[in-house]
Amino acid sequence: MSGAALPAGRGAALLRNPGFVVGAAIVGLAAVLALFAPWIVPYDPFAIDLERRLVPPSFMEGGSTRNLLGTDQLGRDYLSRLIYGARISMLIGVLTVITSGIIGTTLGVLGGFYGGRVDDAVMFAITTRLSIPAVLVALAVAALRGSSLMLVVLVLGLLLWDRFAVVARSTTMQIRNLDYVAAAWCAGVSRWWVLTREVLPNIATHLAVVATLEMALAILLEAALSFLGLGVPAPLPSWGLMISEAKDYMFFTPWVIVIPGLALFVLVLGVNLLGDALRDMMGTDLSR
Amino acid sequence: MLRFILRRFTVAVLVALTVLTLAFLLTRLSGDLAISIAGPNATAADVETIRQVYGLNRPLVVQYFDWLGRAVQGDFGESFFFRDRVANLIASRMGVTITLGLVGLAIALVVSLPLGILAAVREGSWVDRAVSLVALVGQAMPSFWLGLVLMITFGLNLGWLPISGTGSWEHYVMPGVVLAFSAIPSLTRLTRSGMIEALSSDYIRTARAKGLSRLSILVKHGFRNAAIPVVSIAAVQLGFMLGGSIVIETVFALHGIGYLAWESISKNDFPVVQAVVLVLALIYIALTLLADLLNAVLDPRLRTS
Amino acid sequence: MSALLEVQDLRVTIGSTAAVRGASLAVNKGETHCLVGESGCGKSITALSVMGLLPRGAKRETTALRFAGEEIGHFGEREMSRLRGDRMAMIFQEPMTSLNPAYTVGSQMTEVLRRHRGTPRAQAVDRAAELLARVGITAPGLRLGQYPHQLSGGLRQRVMIAMALMCDPELLIADEPTTALDVTVQAQILRLLATLQKDLGLGILLITHDLGIVARVADRVSVMYAGEVVESAPTATLFAAPEHPYTRGLLSCVPVPGKVKRDEPLGSIPGVVPRMRPGFTGCGFRDRCGQASPACEGTLPRQQAGPDHELLCTLAPGWHGRNAA
Repeated sequence: MSGAALPAGRGAALLRNPGFVVGAAIVGLAAVLALFAPWIVPYDPFAIDLERRLVPPSFMEGGSTRNLLGTDQLGRDYLSRLIYGARISMLIGVLTVITSGIIGTTLGVLGGFYGGRVDDAVMFAITTRLSIPAVLVALAVAALRGSSLMLVVLVLGLLLWDRFAVVARSTTMQIRNLDYVAAAWCAGVSRWWVLTREVLPNIATHLAVVATLEMALAILLEAALSFLGLGVPAPLPSWGLMISEAKDYMFFTPWVIVIPGLALFVLVLGVNLLGDALRDMMGTDLSR
Repeated sequence: MLRFILRRFTVAVLVALTVLTLAFLLTRLSGDLAISIAGPNATAADVETIRQVYGLNRPLVVQYFDWLGRAVQGDFGESFFFRDRVANLIASRMGVTITLGLVGLAIALVVSLPLGILAAVREGSWVDRAVSLVALVGQAMPSFWLGLVLMITFGLNLGWLPISGTGSWEHYVMPGVVLAFSAIPSLTRLTRSGMIEALSSDYIRTARAKGLSRLSILVKHGFRNAAIPVVSIAAVQLGFMLGGSIVIETVFALHGIGYLAWESISKNDFPVVQAVVLVLALIYIALTLLADLLNAVLDPRLRTS
Repeated sequence: MSALLEVQDLRVTIGSTAAVRGASLAVNKGETHCLVGESGCGKSITALSVMGLLPRGAKRETTALRFAGEEIGHFGEREMSRLRGDRMAMIFQEPMTSLNPAYTVGSQMTEVLRRHRGTPRAQAVDRAAELLARVGITAPGLRLGQYPHQLSGGLRQRVMIAMALMCDPELLIADEPTTALDVTVQAQILRLLATLQKDLGLGILLITHDLGIVARVADRVSVMYAGEVVESAPTATLFAAPEHPYTRGLLSCVPVPGKVKRDEPLGSIPGVVPRMRPGFTGCGFRDRCGQASPACEGTLPRQQAGPDHELLCTLAPGWHGRNAA
């Protein structure tokens, strides 16, 4: 078993993996954009200019270098909105993973560590969670409570913990049954010691794999919720909301949905590439 | 075997009851349901009337058991907006969603199984890498956006397929493809890993030593064993697809239960939302149960022990 | 007696390992030829090469690979698959996993006959039942309908043997067929193989690391080390007058009642079988050999140590006798 820190050989192997390099570059770029958005954007992403509506991107006919990616239906600079959108996607992705990671890991470790009745209860919770249609419930909650960025994080966090729980549970079980852990047990160490010194460091890397995949899923789901009008509220420039607002014009000016959609696709692809590279290295089993 | 089925069935019933309870609690999240039903322009008197009519003035526990008692008999009450029994509404919309789900699953299987088998047979080659790239792309594709792009491309520009509605089989092609995209990555990966495991097993070497044909080795001996997990995941994926149909049905204006749920959410029509959540959950539970049974049918080791 | 199987100068490389480095051997009709050696010496790879069952990425070269007088070295997968299961059959070390868990014994047995002979199902089932009875399985009708997991390891190996015999093959290759089985079952399976050979006139190439088995069943023995056949002789000759230092070392590891004194240590060969890289020349045993000389790094002479007794070594036959004297 490897510990939380990656051995140097594996780190070097990661850097030779093209998927990892591309994924890291994409996610790194998105992180920089998200962190420094206010200093990077050419224009205020909320500034409406009804004189300059739906100006095409600079590389298309009729576009100008004034707005590199054109303007939306209210004349707002598309590039600036796209950059702020990265901020929302990354924020939602990270916060959701933290929330769901805490819930899922706690449940999974409890089930895997204690077994018996506790494990039955955890398995039951996982089964129940999987049978609930996540998008529908998220929409309903957002409709009932009025949507906001924090509500989206909370709802997605409460819905996306299942894979964390499954992986945490199975890896905890494996570690608990390892000879040297059993030996430590017999030597009379406390449960807490076994948990914090043996179990958590050893499942951390597997959970990192799950975290990337769940982050990708959270970003996609947020976009879908916002697209349906019950995610991040306007005028915040969520990519899903941008697609939704541009939908009415898409048959005349397809680029209005292509640009935010591609941004979404590329970011999620990048996160998944990172996750895949980690998974190949760790051999994490996510088949269920 | 019988004990296994009984046990699984008991768990399924318990899960269903839990989901029922959660569905009930879901609608009480808003605080005062009567205010939500009445809408923003209602007077205090209106709200009070609604409270009386729907029995919302009773203790929560009484409301819960009343609702539960009706729900287990298939009575989900009446829709506020459609002025119809919720059960009738769902029954009339179910066909579209099921059709969409099955079309999506069929497309997903037709794509995933050959791709997964091909990647396994040519493990490590460029074919294998191309297949994993397809899986990655499928995983990263926002389904609602893909729907819109397909509409622009095949609906508007090429004019091959209708853009929205449910008139003919052609209406199901684009939504089916989009829905399939969500299941293709996991099904392809599972087929690939299952086939790699099967093909490296000793019984495949035996099959080759018997001089069987390549087709028989790959399909009869290899895929037959790789298919066991694929079948159960396919059933589960169908459940996820039906659950996710709300997005696709909304994009393509397909009037299934996902679209119904969407309409009801925007109209604050909670009995319908509640019922759709429940029905989708029950379908998922039934599908996982079916998956376990299929597993037992396909795997003689499970069946005879 | 004409050779049923003749392998000359077989070379197999897998990645950066030279698994077999110029091995030659011949199996005659109705003869049991044992191929012995430590694990990793290339005996299984040799057997798989003959069957055309090498893993992907393995490269095979021979100067001759003849089966029943016909050169088959150039055969493609399609031609080989016609021979396999029909005229040459193979059974493996792991009876627990060598049968497909998804199909009944009957289905797996009959498909051989249906594939090679196009025999109708009913007749194929009769033949399968007959062979199950022949390999000593009681209630063959019942067993045909059972799945592999319902059978014990010994039964499964009997099923494997019966399945290999479905088309009346001329050659049976058995790769450590008893290694995974209990000792009592081992004896039964070996006796069965011996009986079948006598009755059916099979040529058997038996691969094993167990010299006890060799002594009991072999007509002829080839000793393999590091991808080469270092010594080959009729069984009695090899046990009575081994020539190659490796063979002598191997035999000294085996306790023989009456010959080995109590409290005296058994012989052992220090070190392990080395991994051979392509391009390695000379004797693979020289690093572990007490008689090694600079000549061992060159091409080794193939010598006749007696009638039908071949030796691949720089030492002259009879060297040990002279040394002792």
